[in-house]
Amino acid sequence: MSWITNFLTSSIGRKLLMSLTGLFLILFLIVHLAGNFQLLKSDGGQAFNEYTLFMTTSPLIKVISYGNYIFILLHAVLGITIWLKNRKTKGKTSAVASKSADVTWASKNMALLGILIFAFLMLHMGDFWLKMKMNQTNMIDYGTGPIKDLYENVYNSYSQWWIVIAYLVGLTALSYHLWHGFASAFQTLGLNHRKYTPVIQFVGKAFAILVPLGFAIIPLYFKLFIVD
Amino acid sequence: MKLTLKVWRQKNNKAAGQFETYNVEANEHMSFLEMMDVLNEQLIDDKKEPVSFEHDCREGICGTCNMVINGQAHGPQKGTTTCQLHMRHFKEGDTITVEPWRATAFPVIKDLVVDRSSFDRIIQAGGYISVNTGQAVDGNAIPIEKDVALKAFDAATCIGCGACVSACPNGSAMLFTSAKVSHLGLLPQGEVEHSRRVINMVAQMDKEGFGMCSNVGACSAECPKEISLENIARMNREYFKAVLTSDVK
Ligand code: HEM
Ligand code: SF4
Ligand code: FES
Repeated sequence: MSWITNFLTSSIGRKLLMSLTGLFLILFLIVHLAGNFQLLKSDGGQAFNEYTLFMTTSPLIKVISYGNYIFILLHAVLGITIWLKNRKTKGKTSAVASKSADVTWASKNMALLGILIFAFLMLHMGDFWLKMKMNQTNMIDYGTGPIKDLYENVYNSYSQWWIVIAYLVGLTALSYHLWHGFASAFQTLGLNHRKYTPVIQFVGKAFAILVPLGFAIIPLYFKLFIVD
Repeated sequence: MKLTLKVWRQKNNKAAGQFETYNVEANEHMSFLEMMDVLNEQLIDDKKEPVSFEHDCREGICGTCNMVINGQAHGPQKGTTTCQLHMRHFKEGDTITVEPWRATAFPVIKDLVVDRSSFDRIIQAGGYISVNTGQAVDGNAIPIEKDVALKAFDAATCIGCGACVSACPNGSAMLFTSAKVSHLGLLPQGEVEHSRRVINMVAQMDKEGFGMCSNVGACSAECPKEISLENIARMNREYFKAVLTSDVK
């Protein structure tokens, strides 16, 4: 094996890939949330539809979005293989569960949380991305020619309680995943410092609460105030 | 104090192993190992096989008295080895579960004794400093910044017991290996072989079949020497640096 494959298949190398893909997904979440907030404008969806038109036609965004698909798959596949390998290397666990403090539940259940997030993503992509690709979207004209009315798809999805609840479950899993994952990614990169680590941990926890909460507000707002 | 012990008994590496229950009369001034000695005397009197466990210094520095006590490596007292754990931390009538280290890279030899030679091989892969023998150099001849010396010293307190591996839900040896990499690499004497050391020790650690670190922190929480997670971050960044910038393949 060359030094590159040695590096990337080593325990630390694999964790480097987990960390970098995870941090990329965190950046993606920020952009995604900022875009989604346009759904809250009371303009019948014009701002959101114009924004999605840009997002689906800009070549730069296209490249980034394919990168995003690859990274999430890489992150998920690698995460699951790491988890399976670790279960084997651990073997028998002790009969009594350890009561040691300072260990979060999330940190021990990253793979379970990841699988939940993945299941949620399948639902989410099937509901919006697939319907859009299959042309199951009506057109709307704001005076600049007909564009896809994705706002209507969002409206239809979020009028169903089960979808709203599935979103809340998926976002709770994301919140726990980030509760551990955000700061963990920096530790994996080797960035641990007495001055900065407490700041990273604080920002990580704030991010883990605020970002999933931001996403959750949208389906709740639709169901409670727009649809009904 | 009257205690009920549930002790892991396993004839050898091939046997399945199971818990046996014993009643022991101990007093609060005994160390946990002295309490185990009482149990063994009792077993010998009853013409039964005593429980095998490792011990040597009984003063918290050799790293052999390894037991998982009520699910925690070295028991409930933070920063304490089993030999330094006193029975006053338990109560009359308690049931105490005693197991060997749990990790496939530490196979059970007998009862509570596990084979930790995987750690020895990690050390052999680079956990040393090559110096020509001869007169010892004066300790103060090389000036070292106080903060750096303290970090190196903190890392050097690792006694190689393996509690970190047993405590880790992934069976990872990152805390141990990073303590050794840090303790040697932080000092000028050890810096010379630093790149080779970190690459080789990590490679050996992976070869021995230890798990991958998820930054859970159970290792540091149960380490009798409270080795910090800072060492793992240091090893990671030194590993990246060594792989990406040194000539070592
Ligand atoms: C938007 C979605 C996601 C984000 C933002 C995210 C972010 C992260 C971050 C930052 C880490 C920490 C990396 C480290 O410790 O170095 C992490 C770890 C992990 N992720 Fe994700 N993740 C996401 C989705 C997923 C999915 C879909 C899966 C699996 C199906 C997954 C599985 C894992 C696993 C198993 C770990 C722990 C790896 C380890 O420490 O051993 N994640 N994630
Ligand atoms: S790091 Fe702590 S728990 Fe691990 S071997 Fe060293 S002293 Fe034992
Ligand atoms: S017997 Fe040496 S550390 Fe406990």
